[in-house]
Amino acid sequence: MPEPHGALAQQFEDLEQQHESATLGMWLFLITEIMFFGGLFAAYAVYRSTHPEAWHNGSRHLDVVMGGINTAVLISSSLTMALAVRAAQLSKKTALLANLALTIAFGAVFLGIKAIEYHHKLEAGLVPGRFFTYVGPDLDHLQLFFLFYFIMTGMHAFHMVVGLVVLAVLVVMTLKGRLLGDFYKPVELTGLYWHFVDVVWIFLFPLLYLIGRHG
Amino acid sequence: MSTHSAASYLNASHGIASWLFTRDHKRIALLYLISLSLFFALGGMFAGAIRLELLTPKGNLMSDATYNKMFTLHGVVMIFFFLIPSVPAVLGNFLVPLMIGARDLAFPKLNLLSWYLYMAGALLAVTVAVTGGVDTGWTFYTPYSSTYSNTNVMATAAGAFIAGFSSILTGLNFIVTIHKMRAPGLTWFRLPLFIWAHYATALIQVLATPVVAIALLLVMLERGFGVGIFDPKLGGDPLLFQHLFWFYSHPAVYIMILPSMGVVSEIIAAFSRKRIFGYDFVAFSSLAIALLGFLVWGHHMFVSGQSMYAGLVFSVLSFLVAVPSAVKVFNWTATLYRGSISFDAPMLYALGFIGLFTIGGLTGLFLATLGVDVHVHDTYFVVAHFHYIMVGGALFGYLGGLHYWWPKLTGRLYPHTWARLAAAIIFLGFNLTFFPQFLLGYLGMPRRYHVYPEEFQVLNVFSTAGASVLGIGYLMPLIYLLWSLRSGAKADSNPWNAKGLEWQVSSPPPVHNFDQVPTVTEEAYAYAPADKGGS
Amino acid sequence: MDTETGLQLFPERASSVAGDVDALFYFLVAVSVFFVLLIFGLIAYFVWRYRRRSPSDAPAAIHGHLGLELLWTGVPLVLAMFIFGWGAKLYFEVFRPPKEGLDFYVVGKQWMWKVQHPTGQREINEMHVPRGIPVKVTMTSEDVIHSFFVPAFRVKRDVVPGRFVTAWFMATKVGEYHLFCSQYCGTAHSQMTGKIVVLEPADYSAWLSGRSAEPPAVAGKKLFDKLGCATCHQQDASGRGPSLLGVFGSKVQLQGGGKVVADETYLRESVLSPQAKLVAGYEGIMPTFTGQVDEEKLLDLIAYIRSLALPPAPAPRQP
Repeated sequence: MPEPHGALAQQFEDLEQQHESATLGMWLFLITEIMFFGGLFAAYAVYRSTHPEAWHNGSRHLDVVMGGINTAVLISSSLTMALAVRAAQLSKKTALLANLALTIAFGAVFLGIKAIEYHHKLEAGLVPGRFFTYVGPDLDHLQLFFLFYFIMTGMHAFHMVVGLVVLAVLVVMTLKGRLLGDFYKPVELTGLYWHFVDVVWIFLFPLLYLIGRHG
Repeated sequence: MSTHSAASYLNASHGIASWLFTRDHKRIALLYLISLSLFFALGGMFAGAIRLELLTPKGNLMSDATYNKMFTLHGVVMIFFFLIPSVPAVLGNFLVPLMIGARDLAFPKLNLLSWYLYMAGALLAVTVAVTGGVDTGWTFYTPYSSTYSNTNVMATAAGAFIAGFSSILTGLNFIVTIHKMRAPGLTWFRLPLFIWAHYATALIQVLATPVVAIALLLVMLERGFGVGIFDPKLGGDPLLFQHLFWFYSHPAVYIMILPSMGVVSEIIAAFSRKRIFGYDFVAFSSLAIALLGFLVWGHHMFVSGQSMYAGLVFSVLSFLVAVPSAVKVFNWTATLYRGSISFDAPMLYALGFIGLFTIGGLTGLFLATLGVDVHVHDTYFVVAHFHYIMVGGALFGYLGGLHYWWPKLTGRLYPHTWARLAAAIIFLGFNLTFFPQFLLGYLGMPRRYHVYPEEFQVLNVFSTAGASVLGIGYLMPLIYLLWSLRSGAKADSNPWNAKGLEWQVSSPPPVHNFDQVPTVTEEAYAYAPADKGGS
Repeated sequence: MDTETGLQLFPERASSVAGDVDALFYFLVAVSVFFVLLIFGLIAYFVWRYRRRSPSDAPAAIHGHLGLELLWTGVPLVLAMFIFGWGAKLYFEVFRPPKEGLDFYVVGKQWMWKVQHPTGQREINEMHVPRGIPVKVTMTSEDVIHSFFVPAFRVKRDVVPGRFVTAWFMATKVGEYHLFCSQYCGTAHSQMTGKIVVLEPADYSAWLSGRSAEPPAVAGKKLFDKLGCATCHQQDASGRGPSLLGVFGSKVQLQGGGKVVADETYLRESVLSPQAKLVAGYEGIMPTFTGQVDEEKLLDLIAYIRSLALPPAPAPRQP
């Protein structure tokens, strides 16, 4: 949250009120995010039910190994994020820094693997629009599947990038000696956001990568 | 307390920067007031162009392409950049902290950011008017918007998209503030109904706006990259866009009307000196409208080709949402019973609101009725109906609230006779403009028609005549309110003798609203001397 | 067409359902007038009777009245449900075409209506129909969404690209009536209008016989042969594609499970993107015909496939 942490903002009576407001604000923000992704998932569901074959085929073009590794990487980053929150609460500066750095590293690995996957899709001619040069049956609907693949994973990656920027800010703040003990709130709120972004991936992975595998 | 305080929020600091970087909810409200008034004037000019063109059945004032841009810009500006922000951004921003005894909203910087997002979105969309225009209608229906239109759809959709975040942040701010920052003793059932209405509105803003954001984003992607999401040629489904769009845009109607209902509750109570009849029912009807409002989007699609059984479900839910609206109207009317009623300008707007909203609501039943909607859908009947709700309802509430709290906002009084006259002229002009459109719709005149068969001309002439009366009515408050800033009598802290925490601080209020946080010991609208206890 | 320029308040009533729609419309008007008079009357009476007489007026508080709340929640609710039921019944009457009737085809495109009669005659922006016989109009669009709206018939239906929709009416009065496009469709939206000409059945036959035409099924058969469809789709199911005999309206078993009713929309999809829903037991070897057949030719093809009824029983099932 952009509010100067530590100091009590003038509109609040006490720190407790300020903290509660910040937490509620973050949860509301996450609800808007759920609605945003919800719209995408709804559109996905409609097209998957009208073009099951194309979805099945499209899914088989995705690299389930890379997707699986990325899932593991993200889950690990959630763990280090949770540990960072714990470290901030306990005023353990070194542990906080280490866990924030690990979270950033995991996030970067995830985006790196994602970039490799995107590159493979580009080479295979599976990026919708001008680059869609793939040859095969029922191309229109395959393209539609890949459109959803790119929009959904792209929106998710965008959220990851935002999260990485916020984490970097937290590292700077920690180095300046803030965020510890009573002032851990920004770490906790960033953690909420980070976990949310992970959960979105937990839905994306099976819906995109695994639906072509069950038969 | 009753004199004009020296250190009010208006003169505590000076210079452009002290306004553009303010975090004071009251100054942000005034920033919104100024920008909204400009966009309202702009939207009004587009409306004037439309009505002038429709004076004759042949399109002889402008080309059809120009006409299409006019009604699109009228809709886009009025809905996204005037009506949706109107009451919450101006009156809500100013009053929510004051009414609940808080020094500011929970997130003042976020509040300022909302205004900047709003301005960015609005200016982006309006530059479109200069650079080629946009002709999709404010509804952006696909595949016309995503594939076929040659106009500046991207920038307009991006403008609406950005302004949507402004709306989300305002709603988020209100919810947190109302939950966490009420003064001691101010329990939920002692809250003014204005607060209940804004709470319900904020819920919709937070839940529905992201969905239209994704719909607009998909349209932009489809246009930008030439891939079909809603284009049937690529297996896309144009109806899916309508579902996503109306999932937001129907609740958006309640974003526009609910805050005005809150305003009307305050005004009716103050000017009849009575507690609102059936307070609990009015409060919960706001929530009921907000929640049911999410489940009725499909009633915009009865003839679109959606399944007939879906039509049944959406129809029955639409009828259900009419009930809490009716409950409100009856309770307001009952509040007048045995009151002490004065006829100041805010009260005239509030009474006008009840009347016009009643007509708007009842004609909504026609559209919710499946068999009848088939005939009147996409005709001028719909146009008339939603103007009764949005202008007769939302705008009347906004103007009534502006007149009610003007002394608090500015510390000045306006000339009452002029204000009453303006309210009467706006009421007459409004009815003359829009009532004939019900008849036109029943006769079968489709909306968004630039040329039309001759037999519809007489009613169109009535409508255009009404629009000019309405235009004069809108100009009057602009003149006398601006005049009052310099020459109006100074207002004391409570010129209407009204109840509510906002009337206990000076007019205009001091920078941090309350030197000491007040403790609330009575329920809202405790006008009667013996009515001090809780409920 | 009513071309008088005076003040007109009632639309023409020229179809079998128009009277029913109006009956409910006027009922709604009556309900509205009642409530408007009630609310306006009460407000007028209260504000006059209880106007402020002295600046120090302090009326007693009234908190509410549960009975009244229940009354004005209950009465609107019951009334609303009654109107809902009536409207729903009417909706099915207006939308559900009768079994028998003349099959017209209409294609909407920016900015014209192209009409084809059951016997093949074509018109643009005009539609001649006989009085007293149900007319089913199967419609699609070549570009954006349009809407087929005949105010005098109280009929409206959005015409959506990529799918077929059906509207129906039975004209009851000889005359000329407006046909409007009521879904905004771009620059010349307001000029996408036409007229429906209702003739006595005998006059209609005479009108038809004055124009040469080829029935859509015949035109479709020619197209079917020309495109070489018959090489694979043979009548006896021995070809590389499924036989089309009696396929229209039947349920087709798809590859990978699932069934689909072979209606106009499915047949259209199968011509344009054949791989989308493959019939079980056949390979996806059919090429797409996108670009070779436009919407009107598609309608001919479908009309032909539709005419291929199964010789004996079982009769093709209607959806």
